Amino acid sequence: MARIRLDHIRHAYTPELAKADNYALREVDTTFADGGAYALLGPSGCGKTTLLNIISGLLTPSNGHVRFDDTDVTMLTPEARNIAQVFQFPVIYDTMTVRENLAFPLKNRKVPADEIQRRVADMLRRIGLEKKADRKARGLTADEKQKISLGRGLVRSDVNAILFDEPLTVIDPHMKWQLRSELKQLHREFQMTMVYVTHDQTEALTFADKVVVMYAGEVVQIGTPEELFERPQHTFVGYFIGSPGMNLLPCALEGGAAVVSGQRIALPASIGPVAAGKTTELGIRPEFVSLVPRGQGIPVQIDKVEDIGSERIVRARLGDTRLSAVLDEDREIPAEADVAFTQEQLNLYADSWLVARR
Amino acid sequence: MEKTWNNKAWFFVLPVLLLVAFSAVIPLMTVVNYSVQDTFGNNQFFWNGTEWFKEILTSERFHDSLIRNLIFSGLILAIEIPLGIIVALAMPKKGFWVSVCLVLMALPLLIPWNVVGTIWQVFGRTDIGLLGYTVDALGIDYNYVADPFAAWVTVIVMDVWHWTSLVVLLCYAGLVSIPDAYYQAAKIDGASRWAVFRYIQLPKMGRVLLIAVLLRFMDSFMIYTEPFVVTGGGPGNSTTFLSIDLVKLAIGQFNLGEAAAMSLVYFLIILALSWVFYTVMTNAGTDKPVKEISE
Repeated sequence: MARIRLDHIRHAYTPELAKADNYALREVDTTFADGGAYALLGPSGCGKTTLLNIISGLLTPSNGHVRFDDTDVTMLTPEARNIAQVFQFPVIYDTMTVRENLAFPLKNRKVPADEIQRRVADMLRRIGLEKKADRKARGLTADEKQKISLGRGLVRSDVNAILFDEPLTVIDPHMKWQLRSELKQLHREFQMTMVYVTHDQTEALTFADKVVVMYAGEVVQIGTPEELFERPQHTFVGYFIGSPGMNLLPCALEGGAAVVSGQRIALPASIGPVAAGKTTELGIRPEFVSLVPRGQGIPVQIDKVEDIGSERIVRARLGDTRLSAVLDEDREIPAEADVAFTQEQLNLYADSWLVARR
Repeated sequence: MEKTWNNKAWFFVLPVLLLVAFSAVIPLMTVVNYSVQDTFGNNQFFWNGTEWFKEILTSERFHDSLIRNLIFSGLILAIEIPLGIIVALAMPKKGFWVSVCLVLMALPLLIPWNVVGTIWQVFGRTDIGLLGYTVDALGIDYNYVADPFAAWVTVIVMDVWHWTSLVVLLCYAGLVSIPDAYYQAAKIDGASRWAVFRYIQLPKMGRVLLIAVLLRFMDSFMIYTEPFVVTGGGPGNSTTFLSIDLVKLAIGQFNLGEAAAMSLVYFLIILALSWVFYTVMTNAGTDKPVKEISE
């Protein structure tokens, strides 16, 4: 187990790309605490898998250093870094039995035979594959195979970190929940540093203590699920996390209030000043938008109402700007209404970044 | 329940039946017909029962060609399969050199068989052939026309040159289909180069290797053109393989009955051996009957 320090990491896949300033990872400088469960979340091509491979040692970064505790491991091979990785598609050794699969990394490290036997038996119990221990691994289902991949990592009790590269992609939806909770359970038991790459926000938010949101080769925010929800540091986080995403209303500032399509919206007094010349947007989660009778709020035009079972989503327009509101199932929705915003939940963005509060 | 009968289906099958009949069944039946009859000329045939089969099965000449052919097939499989795997492993996986290697590998496969024979016949001559001249100049007594050992070496090297590429191409196709994650996982598991080959590459190549072994066995067991052009089955009978012997018997000696019986035995041997290869290789990796551990 180790603390992972990513010290000003930049990566371009070829020198030509670096020269053109086309970096897959623009600059990442952060630290993952020992024993923490982290999720790297972002859309395809945001650099999350690149970052994971840099941590595991499958890639060497163009610039910067990777440190496990105080050891610089930047130039070390994956094997020497003593990490485990679970891949998108289950990697198993077809011709070996489940037991042999689990014993393989230990055998390669010349662990004594009785020790191997003890640890493999323990691991078989933990991943619930005792009954299939002597079956050939290739005949198992995808989720069982993925458990073997995971088990091969966990069986080496001294690993510095376990890295997951979208490990649930090929798993059936009903097994995803189960595997995810088992994974969470294993994390509590083993207290290992885990880094989990995914593009699925539900997966990231349920698995991780801290979610690292990445966008276009950069980390835009690291925070608990709650922080990501309430105070997105960047408009991308607001839009990417939550369903539907955060409402973003282009606005102008006029002495303590935001003006959206001619409507004045008072801002919380704690929101700091914004330098002139920046593009400003007002951000509000649909969960904090409510409908009030005509004349009591900001007039909008309601386009449609989507019923998603547990709640209803109101799609409306404020001038030319689209706006969503999430309302309870049982509330009556009038054909004409105004909207009101929970003032404390208003976020102001200048050039896409959150304006800090005093 | 009443079954519906519809004889229209026969019309759809008919073209294929006719095609197969003319290309396979009728010729094969002609051979069967010859194998149970004898003739003394004038196109008059007499029923001869199983005499030809008895004769061929006890014929020392047939036994010798069969053994020669088995040794030949065994040797070329033992050389071409491992060599093919090694070359495939050594080939680049991406970049400019991939296409260069693939084209070079495919070249020998594109040369007509009797041209291959002619190339090696000239290549091996000690007076004008590069190979023969060089070996001779090195002080090794090499003369494939007179020395059975030299003739065998020539025929085998020729076959290896001609057909190893096929094994290489098949293995290469198997290798490039292995996802990178397997190699990365093996690295992380601390696997040695040998372990990567043994537990990842070899199992993933299993299917294509089966095809390679079957193809190379069947082809080598039926080999005719190349040794016929190079050695003509000689010196003596030392490189007379089954099909060369068969042609000698059927067309050289015009012994149609015995040749027909030999063809059928030959055909059955190939069929049986291919079936054995197939069964052994497909069963090698599969699970034994599942034993559920009861609680």
